[in-house]
Amino acid sequence: MIRELHGLALASAALLTLSACTGRQSALDVHGAAAINLKQLILLIVVICSIVWALVMIALISALWRKRDRRERPSSIDPATEHRLTITVVAAVIITVVIIGAFTILSFFATRTLNVAGNDDLTIKVRGLQWWWSIEYFGSTSGQRFETANEIHIPVGRNVRLQLEGVDVIHSFWVPSLAGKQDLIPGRPNELIIRAERAGVYRGQCAEFCGLQHAHMALFVIAEEFPAFEEWARLQRQDATTSSSQEADAGRQAFLAKQCAACHTIRGTTANGTTGPDLTHVGGRQYIAAGLLETTRGSLAAWIADPQTLKPGNNMPMVPLNAEELKSISAYLAGLK
Amino acid sequence: MNEDSTQRDLRDHDLDRPSLEAALEKTWKTPSGVWGVLTTVDHKIIGRRYIFTAFVFLALGGVLSILMRLQLAQPEARVLGPDRYNQIFTMHGANMMFLFAVPVMEAMAVYLVPLMVGTRNIAFPRLNAFSYWMFLAGGTLLWIAFALDMGPDVGWFAYVPLAGPQYAAGKRADIWAQMITFTEVSALAVAVEIVVTVFKQRTPGMSLDRIPLFVWSMLVTSFIIIIAMPAIMIASTCLILDRLVGTHFFNPAEVGDVLLWQHLFWFFGHPEVYIIFLPAVGMVSTMVATFARRPVFGYLALVMALIATGILAFGLWVHHMFVTGLPRLGESFFTASSMAIAVPAGIQIFCWLATLWDGRPVFKTPLLFVIGFMFTFVIGGLTGVMVASVPFDTQVHDTYFVVAHFHYVLIGGAVFPLLGAVYYWFPKMTGRMMSERLGKWAFWLIVIGFNLTFFPMHILGLQGMPRRVYTYQPDMPWFGLNMFVSLSAIILVAGFLVFFIDAIRSARTGPVAPDNPWDAPTLEWSTSSPPPSFNFVRIPVVSGPNPLWEQPDIMPVASGLRTDRRELLVTTLTKAIPQAREASPRNSIWPLWTAIATSVMLIWSIFTPWAVVWGSIPVAVALIGWFWPKGTPEDEA
Repeated sequence: MIRELHGLALASAALLTLSACTGRQSALDVHGAAAINLKQLILLIVVICSIVWALVMIALISALWRKRDRRERPSSIDPATEHRLTITVVAAVIITVVIIGAFTILSFFATRTLNVAGNDDLTIKVRGLQWWWSIEYFGSTSGQRFETANEIHIPVGRNVRLQLEGVDVIHSFWVPSLAGKQDLIPGRPNELIIRAERAGVYRGQCAEFCGLQHAHMALFVIAEEFPAFEEWARLQRQDATTSSSQEADAGRQAFLAKQCAACHTIRGTTANGTTGPDLTHVGGRQYIAAGLLETTRGSLAAWIADPQTLKPGNNMPMVPLNAEELKSISAYLAGLK
Repeated sequence: MNEDSTQRDLRDHDLDRPSLEAALEKTWKTPSGVWGVLTTVDHKIIGRRYIFTAFVFLALGGVLSILMRLQLAQPEARVLGPDRYNQIFTMHGANMMFLFAVPVMEAMAVYLVPLMVGTRNIAFPRLNAFSYWMFLAGGTLLWIAFALDMGPDVGWFAYVPLAGPQYAAGKRADIWAQMITFTEVSALAVAVEIVVTVFKQRTPGMSLDRIPLFVWSMLVTSFIIIIAMPAIMIASTCLILDRLVGTHFFNPAEVGDVLLWQHLFWFFGHPEVYIIFLPAVGMVSTMVATFARRPVFGYLALVMALIATGILAFGLWVHHMFVTGLPRLGESFFTASSMAIAVPAGIQIFCWLATLWDGRPVFKTPLLFVIGFMFTFVIGGLTGVMVASVPFDTQVHDTYFVVAHFHYVLIGGAVFPLLGAVYYWFPKMTGRMMSERLGKWAFWLIVIGFNLTFFPMHILGLQGMPRRVYTYQPDMPWFGLNMFVSLSAIILVAGFLVFFIDAIRSARTGPVAPDNPWDAPTLEWSTSSPPPSFNFVRIPVVSGPNPLWEQPDIMPVASGLRTDRRELLVTTLTKAIPQAREASPRNSIWPLWTAIATSVMLIWSIFTPWAVVWGSIPVAVALIGWFWPKGTPEDEA
């Protein structure tokens, strides 16, 4: 018992020190306004609860091992002791009620701060699909609208309103370093406001079980200073770059000739499928296949060659390609910055 | 005429003890051989069978968890693919909740409640037999489907649309839904039996304020079952209709509602936790009193806490839905109610502490498990307070933090007391003692193994690891803790192995148990170990909540029951004043036939809705056979 107590104390201490560690996807490594508030709340409640637990354990240990007089018969009860015990138990219950009440009020107000509508500077639509994220930006005019996938760029220090929409099954948007999670439910649009206080790359991952590849449904939020964000958005609005090399050119032709174009859109070409992610600037994204692989020509080739081994059950079929086609298509896609 | 029949009746006061025992044995016994096995309605035989089967499902569910820990020990491991993993985690949850936790608690009640209230059999004993066969059929259905690679893979909660017709092709989700129906039927049957047994069959003198706390807890639990289970029945029926007939209850494209499923599921699913936890609380209260060597402190407060928990249990289902985008003000209400349930839990903990403080604890294995329970459950309760807070929950919902939380509550809060209860009541059930030495080994291995396995999951959750993932990528910082968790699970598994070995060995060769090995105060210890088929030679009369302590030498008895037919004493609801003599049914094969007919109908209905029409004919035939008068003395009015 004592040994375990020790272990737990150490573990709790570890929990508290962990807050100093960094992780790319952690409720304790916070860089967003909401997440910073939540972390304070989490630590406060954890500390109070740890103290309560320690007090109960002290009471348990002293109840078990205190010295005592011999009892005559098991059914005999001393009224004076009974009275003292009653007072103690009632006091303990009152303390419980006070703590519980404080937690309730605390979370009520913490919920209100989470919900500050504020004046959002940017609205982004996030759609959850099995097993990737479709991201849509709006501008003041229809020409400024564009789509991307699995990667959200936001300006630092601005409120960003995310419109969350489940397309097939329920998913959940969760980038713990920025904010708590919110579900994407078919037929019930939700919203979430995020605000990054520091530039950085924050990883998130689907948090509602959504089928075979729930484990591989990550996304990245890239927070950058406003000018950099503007530049990125300007680039994204443009059509796909025209191929510069002969190989990439061949790749583009192969892409359009094969089944690829039936599911994927590359703006500026005839590829306009909508089942899979928009690939107009796929080469400029950090990851492919919803956080599965870093974007390189090699990983693109590997993914296209055998998507079902890398991410079993996902909706991308294996398209039969010869070595030449595979090489050129991956070169073409990697070049779509 | 009247005089005639009284002369013909043989009453228990007409006989001396040996001939009374012989006469009762003749009336109540279960015949030996296969026929006896299939026809018995003895609550003790059915209870033992139920407990044994539930523990088999525990072991099977444990094997599944070992497979999951193998897969998760390393990033991107290929021990299991996503399809198999999803089946396994769904099976683990569904099996542990529906085939182990709820049935085992009800099974303990089926065995113990009639003995603790001093009656000869449970109310509706044939329904009891039927309920066991249905439970067995439902469990077998699920596991055979799993063996055929048709195990459900949509989570034990089966959220739509993922479990709906469009995204869950094949029969996997239907098997889940129909398994629910089987376990519902059996759970509801037992709940009704318990309520009637407790209300009408208590021994004379056992007024409401003298009912043993385990019996109180089972009474409250049974009411929770009766109120909660219809919600999941409606939900699973609507799901089957969506899948099989093409209705659109949950289809958003046709104005159905996805969240409706979650409301219905959790309106059952959250009380489900208390269906598992309250019986454990009753066991703890019972064992604390026996091993602290004093009556439990705050009997009235404990009963009130049970009832309060039972009521509050229905007011907090939305805390499973805090991130679905419901209105924030409504969510705050559910935060308050979820927090409030900590108050009755606190009252119980404080009363047990007071009992131990004033008592003289005897450190036998059952008490050790109670101590392990307090150590562990309080952590689970406090993390429960954490997830009750909406803002806190938005960060930990659907992460390993929650996995840690509910294992602390379910294993620490319910399985630890259950293991203690097995050590405690094993001598009564089998007539043999379990080993104290192995019991201590099992205790230390399980409690240490459990905490090392599940505590790190809190940290993993805060570090961003979601639940229900079949793997994680090497660039996430979760590998170390996951490996640690998987290795710690070995200790936990070793502890359960020791427990199982001890139980199996002791049942065959353990030292013979006396009637009351722990000097416990409740009625089940006043009869022999194991009890005779008729439970008590003469019906005991009680004058306090701890009869064997208050009346250690002489137990007054009630007499006047017939011995030539199965007869029970019916008493009044509040004061337990004798009211009537009531016949109790004899053994019968018809509950088994009815269960077979119902099983055929339910399994067939996975394939065609017409099964409900044609399949109900054999069910009707079996029920007619069940109720047809057989000309036995029990048939007399």
